[in-house]
Amino acid sequence: MQAFHFFTKLDQSLLLGLRARTVGELLTGIQSVPDSSIYHHTHRFLHQHHFLSPEPPNDFAYWVTDVLGDGALGEQLWSVDTVRFQNVGSLREKLIGILESHLDSQRWISQCIEGEEFHFMASRTFVLPTTHVAHNLMEFADQIGRVSINSVYFHMFDAKLRLKYGENDFSRWFRDQGKTALADETKRLDPYSYTLDGLRQRIVALVRQHESA
Amino acid sequence: MNLLDDYIPIVGEATLEELALLATRLRGKTIQNINSTAVGGGVAEILSRMIPLLNQLGVSARWDVIKGDEKFFATTKKFHNGLHGVPVEVAADEYTHFLEVNRHNADEFQFGDVVFVHDPQPVALVEKRETLGKHWVWRGHIDFSRPDAEIWEFLRQFIVRYQAAVFSAPAFSQKLPIPQVLIAPSIDPLSDKNKELDEKTIDAVFARFAIDRSRPVVTQISRFDYLKDPIGVIQAYKLAKEHTDMQLVLAGGGATDDPEGPIIMEQVRQAADEDKDIFVLFLPPASDIEINALQRGSTIILQKSLKEGFGLTVSEALWKGKPTIAGAVGGIPLQIAHKYSGILTHSVEGTAQWIKQLISAPDYARKLGINGREQIRNNFLITRHIKDYLLLFLSLFEQGEVVYL
Repeated sequence: MQAFHFFTKLDQSLLLGLRARTVGELLTGIQSVPDSSIYHHTHRFLHQHHFLSPEPPNDFAYWVTDVLGDGALGEQLWSVDTVRFQNVGSLREKLIGILESHLDSQRWISQCIEGEEFHFMASRTFVLPTTHVAHNLMEFADQIGRVSINSVYFHMFDAKLRLKYGENDFSRWFRDQGKTALADETKRLDPYSYTLDGLRQRIVALVRQHESA
Repeated sequence: MNLLDDYIPIVGEATLEELALLATRLRGKTIQNINSTAVGGGVAEILSRMIPLLNQLGVSARWDVIKGDEKFFATTKKFHNGLHGVPVEVAADEYTHFLEVNRHNADEFQFGDVVFVHDPQPVALVEKRETLGKHWVWRGHIDFSRPDAEIWEFLRQFIVRYQAAVFSAPAFSQKLPIPQVLIAPSIDPLSDKNKELDEKTIDAVFARFAIDRSRPVVTQISRFDYLKDPIGVIQAYKLAKEHTDMQLVLAGGGATDDPEGPIIMEQVRQAADEDKDIFVLFLPPASDIEINALQRGSTIILQKSLKEGFGLTVSEALWKGKPTIAGAVGGIPLQIAHKYSGILTHSVEGTAQWIKQLISAPDYARKLGINGREQIRNNFLITRHIKDYLLLFLSLFEQGEVVYL
């Protein structure tokens, strides 16, 4: 039986020196920045504010709502269902589509006040193996409680969307163990609708349930 | 000296495990920090805390200070002011002397494998890179959002010769042909300014200043400086007090080298008028325990800045679990997500409204405080700063968007 080796990831935040003052400039930026920037701005909030109540915000929605004061457009960006996307490119296309439609229908241009520009950033990710290993479901449930939140994040978010495995590492491992139902249930989770600790607890609960079944 | 293990109860064992994992990848490499002063100022303060912790992790880190004469430091003071948007004139011979001092220091140093240069004073040491090789990275700790064009152009010619540049906030980034890394500053939860205090100590400080802890206390800790808007704080307090009982504490030092300082203090005194519920406290240096106690004993903390570098006093307040209302300027929006982990305002009236709201809705205020503390635990403690530095050093040896170590 193949053991599950927990990895962790640590991000370096890069500044791209590119800023936006209007929705039009935001669109231009989203069209031109690297994938790692789209990933950064759609996932940073979740990672940095993972203790907050579950909410799938992204930096674009937050800026449009709180800085430009456009609640309607902010809600459209906010409600992009990130979990549906298999890669960053298609997520970017969705965001571009929303902003282009908005600009087509608007007669006026709102501009942020000086000092509140949107600054495009990106993430550079460093992946490391940890010392935590699970050989069976019981050990898995124990070890996932001990690893850092970065490890949970890496296996649930980076693995699927950024490293393009199509599903998260946990459900892939459960499937390899012949635990198809557990794998399917874990895959079906919308990780964006939990806090990271809530997500960790939910996975532990699922594993315990299947372990005792 | 604090031990790494002392941070485990605060950030958890897994965080320390990750730092150790990163540190092992730097074994055998010497990290040399270079700045211009061994004492005083934020850079020296953070290096004096960080170097021992890096060494405990097994990273060979050291810290050197460049030597300069009066003319050199007078010139770099002009750079500092110019980069903050104050009009200054730097003469040609001052630029020349700046370079001579840097070159003289460069000839005297034994450089490490990674040369980590802090702030503009030693920036021209990088001229040595062409002959020595090594890995060079430069960090600007100050606000670069609107630099004087001539001074920036002068410094830029050296900055672009580094492998990477580090800034403290997104607004400070520039158009540069080298990678730019965001590393925010941090607070040390075990320092006198931030460590846990017992109620007896807090009570004693409030009693010494005759502030009544049984009534709401709204506090702003900062220098008496126009940019911290102490007059606006008093105006907001007066507006809010029309409907809600409270006291106001304005505490901080006056900058002795600031000619505007006495004028502002006089204006604060006039604005405070005869109000016995306003406490204007001019604290001497080394008042860290008093500041800590005042923050912990307050109902609400304000940081109503009009302009700010990073504004670490906000992190200090949030770390103490205090509902915090702050101006949406500089690095403050990085520390506060509006209505989640604190309140961001743009005006006297907005600040007054939120003071009333938070005093009248203690459950919501408490929730902001809890979230604020978690925000700082996750993003603005010294352990995160160490992680960012370790990643920065490692990044100089690695390529790619995703790096497997």
